[in-house]
Amino acid sequence: MDNKKSVLAIISETRIIHILLSIILGFVVGAFFLLIMGLDVGAAYGRLITSVTSVKGISYVIVYSIPYIMTGLSVAFSFRTGIFNIGAEGQFVLGSMAAACVGILFGSLPSVILIPLCFIAAMLAGALWGAIVGILKNKWGINEVLSMIMFNWIAFYLSNFIAGIPAIHSDGTAEATKNISDNASTLLSKELIADLGLCPTANWGILVALVMMLIAWLIIDKTTLGYRLKAVGANKSAAEYGGINVNRSILTALALSGAMAGLGGALQLMGMGSRISVFSSQEGYGFAGIVVALMGCSNPFGVFFAGIFYGALIYGGSKLNLVGAPTQLINVIVGTVVLFIAISVIFERLKYVQIKKKPKAAAVQSGKEGAEQ
Amino acid sequence: MAREYIDMNTPVIEMRNIVKKFGDFTANDNINLTVHKGEIHAILGENGAGKSTLMNQLYGLLKPTSGQILVNGKAIEMNNPRDAIAAGIGMVHQHFMLIQPFTVTENIVLGTEPTKGPALDMVTARKNVEELSRRYGLAIDPDAKIEDISVGMQQRVEILKALYRGADILILDEPTSSLTPQEIEELIEIMRSLTKDGKSIIIITHKLKEIKAAADFCTIIRQGKYIDTVDVEKVSENQLASMMVGRSVTFTVDKPKQEPGEVVLDVEDLHCNDYRGVEIVKGLDLQVRRGEIVGIAGIDGNGQTELVEVITGLRKGTSGRILVNGADVFNKLPRFGFDHGVSSIPADRQKHGLILDFSVEDNLILQNYEEQPYSKNHLFNREAIFAHATQSIQNYDIRPQNSERRTAGTLSGGNQQKVIIAREVQNDKDLLIAVNPTRGLDVGAIEYVHKYIVEQRNKGKAVLLVSFELDEIMSLSDKIDVVFDGRIVASIPGEEATENQLGLLMAGGKVNG
Repeated sequence: MDNKKSVLAIISETRIIHILLSIILGFVVGAFFLLIMGLDVGAAYGRLITSVTSVKGISYVIVYSIPYIMTGLSVAFSFRTGIFNIGAEGQFVLGSMAAACVGILFGSLPSVILIPLCFIAAMLAGALWGAIVGILKNKWGINEVLSMIMFNWIAFYLSNFIAGIPAIHSDGTAEATKNISDNASTLLSKELIADLGLCPTANWGILVALVMMLIAWLIIDKTTLGYRLKAVGANKSAAEYGGINVNRSILTALALSGAMAGLGGALQLMGMGSRISVFSSQEGYGFAGIVVALMGCSNPFGVFFAGIFYGALIYGGSKLNLVGAPTQLINVIVGTVVLFIAISVIFERLKYVQIKKKPKAAAVQSGKEGAEQ
Repeated sequence: MAREYIDMNTPVIEMRNIVKKFGDFTANDNINLTVHKGEIHAILGENGAGKSTLMNQLYGLLKPTSGQILVNGKAIEMNNPRDAIAAGIGMVHQHFMLIQPFTVTENIVLGTEPTKGPALDMVTARKNVEELSRRYGLAIDPDAKIEDISVGMQQRVEILKALYRGADILILDEPTSSLTPQEIEELIEIMRSLTKDGKSIIIITHKLKEIKAAADFCTIIRQGKYIDTVDVEKVSENQLASMMVGRSVTFTVDKPKQEPGEVVLDVEDLHCNDYRGVEIVKGLDLQVRRGEIVGIAGIDGNGQTELVEVITGLRKGTSGRILVNGADVFNKLPRFGFDHGVSSIPADRQKHGLILDFSVEDNLILQNYEEQPYSKNHLFNREAIFAHATQSIQNYDIRPQNSERRTAGTLSGGNQQKVIIAREVQNDKDLLIAVNPTRGLDVGAIEYVHKYIVEQRNKGKAVLLVSFELDEIMSLSDKIDVVFDGRIVASIPGEEATENQLGLLMAGGKVNG
């Protein structure tokens, strides 16, 4: 039965203990590299911890983690429904651009209308980008992983193209879009930020991420929709036999997953950037989402915390150069963590082999003649 | 008889005092087995009795907790199947170990591929495979992909795979569960010619008839315990059955006479193609009425599988009409048929019947998850689902009890089938289609399945039974339709049919009168 399980199924079963172990091992490997470079491990990791434990540091971490939580939720949702949404990157980019267009073109609308409008536009853009891949898969059987990787690039250039349209492009010399209207901003008020001593980009996007976490959990675990999507993911044939419309389910799963990534793009724009630069390379929020989904065991609650952790690594890592350590160290740690999570299945196997080896001594104990009739 | 070739002096396999524990559970409790050269030795036991566990230890897949295994008089420690293969043991598993997207040839030669320099020599491989299949009379299509061929052909590929590796001792785990009566006879012939060559065969089965027909000796296991090893010639089927189950078993089905009512399923001039696009159902007509069981008898590959797939909406037909309670379900989605009165026990319970990674309770609501009380406003009511599962487990004797939240994949084959039957019978539809409903089940479980099917008929449901087991068709059906080459070639009242007559019709022959 085990050989019928997909790799994704195994990954989503990875246990929390493996995750924690992998994280610790990631830091051990990171320390190893620091030692090679002749740097003080204590100072570097100390800096990492102090930079994310002040009030300001915490606010930075939260702000940094919002996009990662969203793309993490997107990928985790796809894992649970048997798809691998490697296209969260493109969905994120287009969601961000859709929100930017609405935020720029309808900037005069009041916040209560404009902000939801931006959210909706972003989710639709992300959902559409996911759904197109689903249609290609359903109609012509095109592998979704391949088309999603290509769709990431299409999104990338489409975003750059839209940024160049006169109505959207910055009036100044910057290679970027105009700034979105203040009415579309999710930033906390300046007074509040000053009073609490938060980071300048402190915004309430994290609340949206929290709500999306709950919605993802509700859909996956509590609703008939989730049942349908999971059934198709686990056994397409049985789902079809049971009367579930398989093609529609795949489309729905991809669209919902895309909507979450798209919303992540909007939250990033409306809380942090306020405009979108012309990209020279992919930003990687979607790909980071895969890491976050893995670390979160594809569980919405787990993903939320994994997203915060990832945000802390990224923010804390950016301060490492203050103690002379390269910021790339974080990439080493993250890469190692992912590697160990990916092979954590092997931990299980090793355990199994040991159990199997035990009865060696017992095998010779019996010498009685076998029953012969 | 195979008897004359047995060399009683040379035990090729001796398993002594084998104990296998999984945690607290003892799967094998002090089991002994001796197999001589040239012998066909049957291992008999119910589902979950520990037959497969015992054989998996012989094949190196599991290690005994205690006990000893001797091959040709030498104690051997089997750490993995490679050790077993090196010792000349080959095994054909009940659940096929085939790579779905690979061709038949590729699967058979896998691991021992002929090469030409550094490259695979698939031409030679194909030739070898064809030769082997001719030699043992096991018909296969060497170029077909596993995912496209019938369960019966997959089984033949598995048997060929073991033979290709030149095993002297063959373990066959339920080898006949998917073969037609003719194929079973052929297989028995093959087994006999193999033993004549000095090979030994261990066959795990719960089909008493085959043990009587093929085996020389039979070791019976019940609930992990060794019961007895008997000379097959000296015991009756009934004795074997009661040793296996621990109580006396009835083989006959109690079926009161009743007049069938109006037509529920009406298939008219149905045509459809198989996976290769070749027409396989060629203008088939079929009617099933209320309160009757119509059995479709036929050799695998004559269109019966495709017929059911078209009726249940899993396959598109090319032309024809299928009425269920007057509604045309031809080329509609499975849900449409379900809503108009079609329920079915599918042929492949692990592919179509169950979602193995889902819990038993979730599998029990596969078609009803959107109905009250299981869900309301798209939100699940977990208590209702659990209660439904508890009740189903009780009413349909699904084991282990308290398996509501266990994944379906952890149940034994017989209990997986009971989950499907519980679901489909409780769906309470006018038409029940059952395809090989007792495949791989032991007599105890078969008794239950037959009881439920007849119960449906007695309640006035229309039942369409497709089975490769002629006994099953003959004992259950009110009317037997024989399918040959995509058409119904004869329709015989159940009580008048004889095995000979059916066998002849299934092979495309004519019956006088």
